[in-house]
Amino acid sequence: MRTKISDIKIRTERLNIYYGTVHALKDITVRIYANKVTALIGPSGCGKSTFLKSLNRMNELTGGVRTEGGVYLDEKDIYSPQVDMAKLRGRVGMVFQQPNPFPMSVYDNIAYGPRIHGIRKKSELDAIVEDSLRSAAIWEEVKNRLGQSALSLSGGQQQRLCIARALAIQPEVILMDEPTSALDPASTLKTEELMKILRTKYTVVVVTHNMQQAARVSDDTVFFLNGELVEAGKTKELFAYPRDSRTRDYINGRFG
Amino acid sequence: MNTEMIKVRAHARAIEIIAQTLFTVCALFAIFAVAAITLYMLANGIPAICEIGIKDILFSTIWQPTAQNAEFGILYIVLTSIVGTMMAVIIGVPIALLTAVFMAEIAPRKVAALMKPAVELLAGIPSVVYGMLGLMILNPVVYRWEQKLYRGSETHQFTGGSNLLSAVLVLAVMILPTVLSVSESAIREVPQELRASSLALGASRVQTIFKVVIPAAKPGILTAIVLGVGRAVGEAMAISLVSGGCVNVPLPFDSVRFLTTAIVSEMGYANGRHRQVLFTIGLVLFIFIMLVNLTLNHILRRGKE
Repeated sequence: MRTKISDIKIRTERLNIYYGTVHALKDITVRIYANKVTALIGPSGCGKSTFLKSLNRMNELTGGVRTEGGVYLDEKDIYSPQVDMAKLRGRVGMVFQQPNPFPMSVYDNIAYGPRIHGIRKKSELDAIVEDSLRSAAIWEEVKNRLGQSALSLSGGQQQRLCIARALAIQPEVILMDEPTSALDPASTLKTEELMKILRTKYTVVVVTHNMQQAARVSDDTVFFLNGELVEAGKTKELFAYPRDSRTRDYINGRFG
Repeated sequence: MNTEMIKVRAHARAIEIIAQTLFTVCALFAIFAVAAITLYMLANGIPAICEIGIKDILFSTIWQPTAQNAEFGILYIVLTSIVGTMMAVIIGVPIALLTAVFMAEIAPRKVAALMKPAVELLAGIPSVVYGMLGLMILNPVVYRWEQKLYRGSETHQFTGGSNLLSAVLVLAVMILPTVLSVSESAIREVPQELRASSLALGASRVQTIFKVVIPAAKPGILTAIVLGVGRAVGEAMAISLVSGGCVNVPLPFDSVRFLTTAIVSEMGYANGRHRQVLFTIGLVLFIFIMLVNLTLNHILRRGKE
C-alpha cells in the first residue's frame, strides 16, 4: 500500500546541502507521504530545519548555499532551472517558529498571498479569508476584528493567523518549523489539534524539538543526527521499536 | 581595621553624592538652555507683533524695511519657507528612500559597506560648501532652463539661476543623508522573518520590499522624513547663496527669500523696528521647528504603542 507512487508527495534523492564548507545534510533520501503529518526530529544543528527549508527552496535566501541531489514534488524536480519560484512556494507553504504577522490588518494578512498570486476580486478574497481562518480554527475569535491590526492578537492567535495566511494560497504541502516552540501550553494544544485536521486536505511536514509532540501529531517520523538521516518510519513503530540505538537514546531523552 | 573600613565607606558615599550632583547639574543646564532660548525668542519676537499688529506682519505681502513708510509683511517669506521645504522633501525623500532600500535590501554587502561612509561624509560637509557648489554648478544650469522657459518674456525678472528652484535642489541634496541613514536603519530593523514569510508565500523580492518591508519600517521612515523637514526648514547658509534674496511669491524661477535667509542677510545692519521684526521672523522659525519636533514625538509615541 505505502509504496504506491501516487501516495508519495515529496521525495528526496541523495540530497546534500553545504553552507560554505559545512556539510549540513548528507545523502538524505526520504519519502514524504500525501495527507500525512511527517515529523522531523533531532537535536539542534542536526539539519532538520535545513531539510525542511530545502523543500520550498527557502535555503537559498542565505548566501553561499550549495544543493546537490534531487527534491521531487509529485515526481517533478523542484531544483530544475525551469521551476517558477512563486508557483513552487504557492504549492509548498510555510509556517515559521515565531508568530510573525505582517504589520497590517487581520484581513490584509490573509489576503496578502492571494493578492500576490493575482486575485483582486473583493468577493473572492472575502471567501478565501473566511475559509482560511476557519481552517486554521481562528475564525470565531477574529471574525469581528478583521480590520484590526494583526499585532493586537495574542501569540497563540498570531500563530494560527500565520497558519491561515499560509493556507490562503491553497498550498498542497505545509512546512512548519517548530510552530509551537514560542507558544504557551494551551495554544500549543490548539495548534497540534489543527495539524491533525490539516492532514485531511494537506501534506504536513513539521520540525519539532518536542518528542511528545512528534508522537502525538505525526504519522511518520524522520530522525536526523549530525546532518545524517538515522532512521525514518511510521511514528508508532519508530517510537515503540527503534531499530537504531541512537534513535532509542534520543527519544528516551538521553541526549539532545 | 574598623576605622579603616568606615573611612573607605565614607569615601565611596562622597563619590556617589558628587557624581549625582554632577549629573543633575548637567541635566539642568540643558533644560535651562532650552528654557532660556524659548524665553529670549518670545521676549524679542513679540514686541514687533504688538506694535505693528499680527495681521500686518503675518498676512501682509509687502516687505519694505525703509526709514519712512516701512512695511513689514512677511507672508511671502513664510510661504517661501513652507513651499521650498515641501518641494525639497518631495524631491529628496523618494531618492533617499530608494537609496536606503538599495543599501539595506539589494546591494551586496561590500557595496553597502562602501556607500555607508560616503553617506556619512555627505552629512558632515559644512552647509556653506553645499552653497558654493550650488552657486558654481547648479545656478548656471538652472539659468539655462530659465532662459529657455522665459524666452522673450517681458515681465519675467531674470535671476541668473539664483532662485527658488536652485535653493530647493540644494536643500533636497542636503536632506538626503539624514533621511537616508535614518530610514536605512529602520529598514534594517524589520525582522528577517517578515521577509521570509512574504517570500514563502511566493512574493518576489521587490513585492516583499514594497508591500511588507517598507510598511513595517513606516514609523522609522516617517521619523526620517520629519528630521529631513527640520533640517530643510532650519537651513540658512547654503540657500542664502543660491536663492537670490528678493521677497517674492515662491515660484520656481523667481528670486526668493526664506525665513532663515531674511535673518542672515539683514541682521547685520538692521536696527530699531526692522531689527525687532527680524526677531519676530526668528520666532516664526522657532515655532515651525517646535511643530516639527512635536510631530516627531507624536510619531515616535504612536510607533511604540
